[in-house]
Amino acid sequence: MSIFVLTFYLFSLSVIAGGLMTVISRNPVHSVLWLILAFLSSAGLFVLLGAEFLAMLLIIVYVGAVAVLFLFVVMMLDVDFSTLKAEMAGYLPIALLIGVVLVMQLAMAFGVWSYADTAVGAREVLLNPEYHNTQALGLILYDKYFILFQLSGLILLVSMIGAIVLTLRHRKNVKRQNILSQIYRDPDKSLEIVDVKPGQGL
Amino acid sequence: MIGIEHYLTTASILFVIGIFGLFLNRKNVIILLMSIELMLLAVNINLVAFSSYLGDLVGQVFTLFILTVAAAEAAIGLAIIVSFFRNRGTIAVEDVNVMKG
Repeated sequence: MSIFVLTFYLFSLSVIAGGLMTVISRNPVHSVLWLILAFLSSAGLFVLLGAEFLAMLLIIVYVGAVAVLFLFVVMMLDVDFSTLKAEMAGYLPIALLIGVVLVMQLAMAFGVWSYADTAVGAREVLLNPEYHNTQALGLILYDKYFILFQLSGLILLVSMIGAIVLTLRHRKNVKRQNILSQIYRDPDKSLEIVDVKPGQGL
Repeated sequence: MIGIEHYLTTASILFVIGIFGLFLNRKNVIILLMSIELMLLAVNINLVAFSSYLGDLVGQVFTLFILTVAAAEAAIGLAIIVSFFRNRGTIAVEDVNVMKG
């Protein structure tokens, strides 16, 4: 058994273990940590497949942004997770049933699976050994798939605006700085000179 | 190199785990979102495996786009959960019936 095969089995086992523990873990913080394990080991699988750029992207985007976002939300919400988990056992039979049915369907499809005759001919962009992975991806991403690339940027913009609009709130009893009223403040009206007579007061 | 079937098996097991989690954690929306992320990850593994074994780079480009959409979806979903929790004080799926007529 070569190092390659051994590494593949290590990574794929830890992907599956991470996914399973994400789903069945009692503590949501542990779930997020197992999810990070699954992402990291699938990044390892991507490296084995020769997609180094996507592997690094998976680590940066998923582990660095999405998983941390999950972690923030889990810690920010004051939810009693033990009551949520208490009814998990009740859903276990139907979840197992659906899982087994899906596994059987996938296994049946797997038994008769083969490449289509046209699969090799339908390739769009052949892998060029002259370029390494990142360079080759950049060459077609900014050229052939430029519109899709721009549209994915638009999706990110829309989701950013949506997330801000959804979570922004103004509290009522909090004093805030009003910059406009500060700028438009008139020095002549802000000061009042009162001539106080001796012994009288205001 | 090992056959593509190994990668496909890993991805399909991960996909089934995602669906299993969807049915298992019906109360907790955060874990539901994590299950969706797992399913998208399985699809990504499939796409990259086929891209690598067929020698076609387009699979990796589409994995990039799926990654983008998954990140956007997670951000929006978590924002919805946060604002829902502020209004109702719970994140159980069964209590999400505000729009019920």
